[in-house]
Formats: sequence, structure tokens, C-alpha cells
Amino acid sequence: MKGYAGKFLRVDLASGEVRADKLSEEVARKFLGGYGLVAWTLYNEVPDGADALSPENVLCLWTGPVAGTPVPVSSKYIMGARSPATGFIGFGIASGGIGSELKAAGWDGIVVTGKAPRPSYLYIQNDMVEVRDASRLWGKTTWETEELIRDELCDDEIRVSSIGPAGELQTCLANITNDRNRQVGRSGMGAVMGSKNLKAIAIRGTGDVEVAELDELIEFCRDLYKRCRGPATEKYRVLGTPANVLVHNRLGCLPTNNFQKGTFEDAEACSGERMLETMVKKVVACPSCPIACDHINVVRDGPWAGTVASVDYESLELLGPNCGVSDLGAITKAVELCDTLGIDTISAGVTVSWAMEAYERGLLSREDCDGLDLKFGNSEAMVEAVRRMSLREGRLGALIADGSARAAEKLGKGSEKFAMVNKKLEWGAYSLRSLQTATLGFATSVRGACYLRSGSYQVDVKGKVDRYTLDRSRGPVVTEGENLYAVIDSMIICKFTRGIYKDDDEIARVIRLVTGFDISDEEMIEIGERIHNMAKLFNVRFGASRADDYPPPRAFEEKMYDDVSDGAVIEIERYDEALSGYYESRRWSEDGIPTKALLEDLGLDTRLGV
Amino acid sequence: MQSKKIIICDTEKCTGCEICEYACSIFKEKTVNWSKSRIRHIRVEPTFDIAIACRKCEEPLCAKACPRDAVLVLEDGSVKIEPDKCNGCGWCIEACNFGALKLDWDKKRVFACDFCAEFDQPKCVEFCPYEALEFTTLDQVGHEAGKKAFKRIIEEMG
Repeated sequence: MKGYAGKFLRVDLASGEVRADKLSEEVARKFLGGYGLVAWTLYNEVPDGADALSPENVLCLWTGPVAGTPVPVSSKYIMGARSPATGFIGFGIASGGIGSELKAAGWDGIVVTGKAPRPSYLYIQNDMVEVRDASRLWGKTTWETEELIRDELCDDEIRVSSIGPAGELQTCLANITNDRNRQVGRSGMGAVMGSKNLKAIAIRGTGDVEVAELDELIEFCRDLYKRCRGPATEKYRVLGTPANVLVHNRLGCLPTNNFQKGTFEDAEACSGERMLETMVKKVVACPSCPIACDHINVVRDGPWAGTVASVDYESLELLGPNCGVSDLGAITKAVELCDTLGIDTISAGVTVSWAMEAYERGLLSREDCDGLDLKFGNSEAMVEAVRRMSLREGRLGALIADGSARAAEKLGKGSEKFAMVNKKLEWGAYSLRSLQTATLGFATSVRGACYLRSGSYQVDVKGKVDRYTLDRSRGPVVTEGENLYAVIDSMIICKFTRGIYKDDDEIARVIRLVTGFDISDEEMIEIGERIHNMAKLFNVRFGASRADDYPPPRAFEEKMYDDVSDGAVIEIERYDEALSGYYESRRWSEDGIPTKALLEDLGLDTRLGV
Repeated sequence: MQSKKIIICDTEKCTGCEICEYACSIFKEKTVNWSKSRIRHIRVEPTFDIAIACRKCEEPLCAKACPRDAVLVLEDGSVKIEPDKCNGCGWCIEACNFGALKLDWDKKRVFACDFCAEFDQPKCVEFCPYEALEFTTLDQVGHEAGKKAFKRIIEEMG
């Protein structure tokens, strides 16, 4: 079994005890790595009923077999735990150097339980593992924490994943940052770290990463690197993901003013094109990446001069057009605050837009907003709201720090109707009613409102289906996407490279060359199916049912009118039909529960099946 | 003079992908281990990247610093660390202004870039996806700079 280190760390923060555990070949073959091992760990180890922010919750970090190898964009890792935001499976995947560094240190993953008696951080240098005092890091931003740890340990090559003040405050939006600009963003994993008094994980590895067929792999990689410089990735290289702003605006699927519209009149002003021209100082890459999508903005003038942040489409869109804001300086500032104070930009943007809508509807007074004139388009108020929510500061911060679903629960007055969430997690930057296959994929995702689980928006955006309606056939589209993406997220490779592979078998070839496992593309997809079902079983164990797989009411109850759409809406009957089609293609019951027969075929625990 | 080629990094093009480090360790050490790479990527936050290998200094401080005469300066200007003489003290590493030498944690010996003498060109240059690395002489770098400046003047004069 090559590619893997073959062992992982178990850390009990309560006692400070650290020990090595074996990653068996059987588990590796069944769950591959990354997402698969998160699902496997959480399903097997999180106790029934364990509160997400209690010491009983299990926090794990996994790499996949390709981490540390020259496979394009393979230095990725995933962190998972029961999510405080959704109550279901929580996880986030990030690039940067953590994945490769941990593998070089000789570990495939880390499983953390318990709660440290005082602020602590974990330091791993090859075989040497320590739980160290983090008292002087408590309260620091993520960027400060990285630097302070490198200074303390006198090693600039240490990679650090850390939480900011929001993680310490255990807000549902809290994320984990590494290499300054890379985040385990969604589902509140930073809050779980905070609940364990774990400020950071610092890693330095200097060992060999062994692969099964090195000579053949590097020659294949040489070819893949060339493809990474070709048309399949051009969008990411030139404009980065903010290229989507004008594309989505033209298609009428650019969420605007809390998803009320799909076009934004000031889209040009905050487009990827404008950002490249006026803000981008440098384009940087993660280790092993021949694409370089990461556009670093440095604000040159105006009230936000000096601000530095890496700005991607989701962050830009949801803190920008979705809040009615087009000022790229303010958007960059808001992203910088999210990254340094430690909250997810997606949930932050959608939560601020919820508060703006509540304010404009008169459900929140100016006093409720700590004096901020929180109307759509007020860029300064947007930035200040982000700061307050990160620090749970003032009346506004206290209301919105845990996201829009919880804020709406507290406020009531019908504001639940426009909390743009699924499973209490905020929706990504794709409109609901003008991208209906995407909506099905988002709403059925195990993580909640997730654009990264199936890529189902692609058939809508590429015009392969009528995106203004739904039918039963969209179910298999989501299923197929999920199975492949589960593999990609378990290897773990960057989804931006998916277009460089000619077919699934080339992806399977990467797995073969790295691990030595003789698996076909069909077997690989079956692994993906198993992984997805394992994640789903975790959710079933925590009470998931059909009711959790719907988009917010706005999708069904309000017609959307904008420059492109003329009364777009999702018909509930059609959504139900598509949802049933999805369950059928998954071999799940009408309530969204895997059947025993399916679980048996996949070699999974059948106890929760129907 | 012509043979004294070094590895130049265009810091505008370098993205910090570290593929140079992967390629180096794979071809020179037959394993994947960027801590055994002869070229080193440095990032200065937030926006500066460079990859640095041996500069073939005219007066190599590494060779001067070695108390055991383990650092040999070869004809092409590169340095060779004699494994029998080196004891891993690291004075040469300290002396180098560029951090171009490293200590192999397993072999307990210092190692340096030999510019892939056995291949057509250094593997880091060959694999750099951004064409940020170039294997060229300082004289040629100067010539290119002069040409670029002159071309601009010509264009401006019409």
C-alpha cells in the first residue's frame, strides 16, 4: 500500500495522550482517504447524541493517498466533525501545504477527542508530537497565529492550521485557516476546534513520500501539468473564479440582494475583469499546483487602502452583489476580516444579506443594528457587520454570529422565510430559481447547501438541461456527480483539475500509480458511492429525513424577476418529483434513507438502512 | 564563461507551486521529498515568491567556510560536497547568502545543486509550469535586459 503513510495519530486532548494507530489496507481500499476517511471516522466514533461543541465530538483531519506526491494540486486536506451549524456531518477541504506536510511527517491523519484543560496547540514534527501551551496565542488572528508559532518553534517551513477569535467564541460560522489564504471554511469546524481549546495544528515533515510507480507517475504528471496550462483551466488562471461574476450575471443566476434577484446592475464594477485590473497584486499557487487560481488583492487607495486578501468568486459574490455591494475595496476588506478573525465568507455574506433584508423590511431597527444603516448596497455597514458577527460584538453581533438560520429563529416575524439556508447552512453563490438542477444538488448535499458535492450546476450553466424547470431525470445527474466528487474529495485532488482528465479512467490511473491498488474506473466510482452513503448514514444517525433536503421557501413562494428571468420559480410538485428521482437513483427510500440491500452491496453497516 | 549557466527565477512568474522542489527530489533522490530538493522556494507574505538554487558565486563563501575542505569548486562554477570529508557541521549553509545548501537529515551530509549534469537541463527548469525558471548565464540575462530596454526606446521613437 503506497501513497499512504499507513498510520494516523490519535490525540486525547483531555489527558494530553498521543498515540499512533494503523490505517489498514482494507479501510484504505474501501474509503480511499480524505472525505471517505472523515465519513468512516465520524460514523464509527462520534457517540450517539454527542453535542457538536462538547468534548465527546470527534474532530479529524485526513489527507488522501495523493497528498505529498507530484500529482497536480494534490496537497489538500480535510477536517471533519459533527457540525455545530447543521447537526449533521461537517467538513471542509482546503489546499495549501498542510496535506503534503503531514504526509511527509509520516501521518495520514489526526483524530482528536476530548477537550484540553487550557488553550493548546498540536505540534507535529515527523514522529515527535506535542500538545503545547497556546495561552499567548489565544485571541490572536489566524495570520498572527501562524507567524507566532513559526517564531516560537524557529522554523519558517512549518505549516499551520489555526482558528481566529471566532473559533474561540465557538460561533457556528467559525472556520479554520492555513497558509493565510486557504480555509476549511464551511460548517463550523473552527468552532469545534475552539470547543476543544485547540488553537492550532502545526506541522513539519521531512520524510519521503512513497508512491507505487514513481517513474511512470512523474511522466504522467508532466503531461497533466501541460494540460493544466491549457484551455480546461484558463478561466482559473487568468481571472480566477471571479470570472463567474459576469458569466452568472448574463445567465441571470448571480444572487443579488439576498437571492431576491439573479442580476446585479453594478456587476461590471465588481467583476473578475475589474478586480484583475484594479486589485490583483499577485497570483499564487498552492504546493503542486500548475494552475494558480489564487488572486491576491491589495487595495491601493480609498478607505480600505492597504487591505490584503485572496478573493474568490463565492466570497466576492456573497459579500458583494448579494449584499448589493460592488465596492471591491470593501469586499476585499470583508474577506480579510473573515480570514483573519476566522469565519466562513459564504455564510458571512449570506447572513449579512439576511440582516439587510430584515432591516429593509423593518424587522430590525437601526438600534438592533448597533446604529448601522444596514441597507443593501451600504458597503461600510457590510464590513462592520462582518466584524461584529466575527467577534459576537454588540446587539447585531450577538444576533447574527451563528448564521442566518439561528438569527431568524431568534428574530422570528417571518424572517425564517428569507434565511437562505439548507440544513441551517447558508447557500453558495448560485441562484435558486434560475439554476434548478443546482438547487436540487445543493439541497440534497450531506453538508448542507453545498455547491461542491456534485457540481450539478454545470448542466444548468452549460445549457444541457432546461434550468428553469425540474424533472425526475435530474436525480441521476446529481448522483453521478456526487459519486465522482466523493472520489476526488477522497484522493484528494483539486476540483479545478477535473477538466484535465480525459475520462474517469485517467483519474483511476492516478490512484493506481500512487497506491498500487489495481482498481478500474468502475470500482473507483463504487468507492465514491460507498463514501457518499457512509456520510449519509452519519446524517441518518443524527435524524436526517426528506424534510432536510429542500431549498429555502423563497425558491417556491416568490417569483424572480430581473434582467434575465421573468417570474422564475420552482414548482414544489416538480421539486418533489426530482427529489424522488434522486432518491431512486441512489437506491434510497422515499424518505431519503439508504436501503439495506444497497448498504449490503456497498459493504456498509446495514443497521440504519430500511 | 558561456558554460557558467545558473538557474534564474522570474519572481513575477513564480507562483510558489514548489513543483521545482518535487522534480528535483524525484530525479536526484529517486523519491518525493521536497526537503531534499536542491532548489528552495521562499515566500514572503503576502505576495512575493522566489525559487533559489546555487548561484555559482565567483568567490564561493561556502567553500571558504568549510573547515574540512569538503566543498570543491568545479570548473563550471558549481560546488560539490565530498561526502567523505563533510561531517554535516553546516558552516557552508551558514555562509551561503542564498540558502542554496541544505543538510540531508538522513545522510547527515550537506548537498548542493549540480545543475543536473547528467541531463540536458536542470529538471526544475524543465518542469516549472510557469516558465519562471530559466537556465542561463548572467551575461545573457544582462544582454536580454539591455535588448528589452533598447526595444522599448525603438518602439517609443516609432
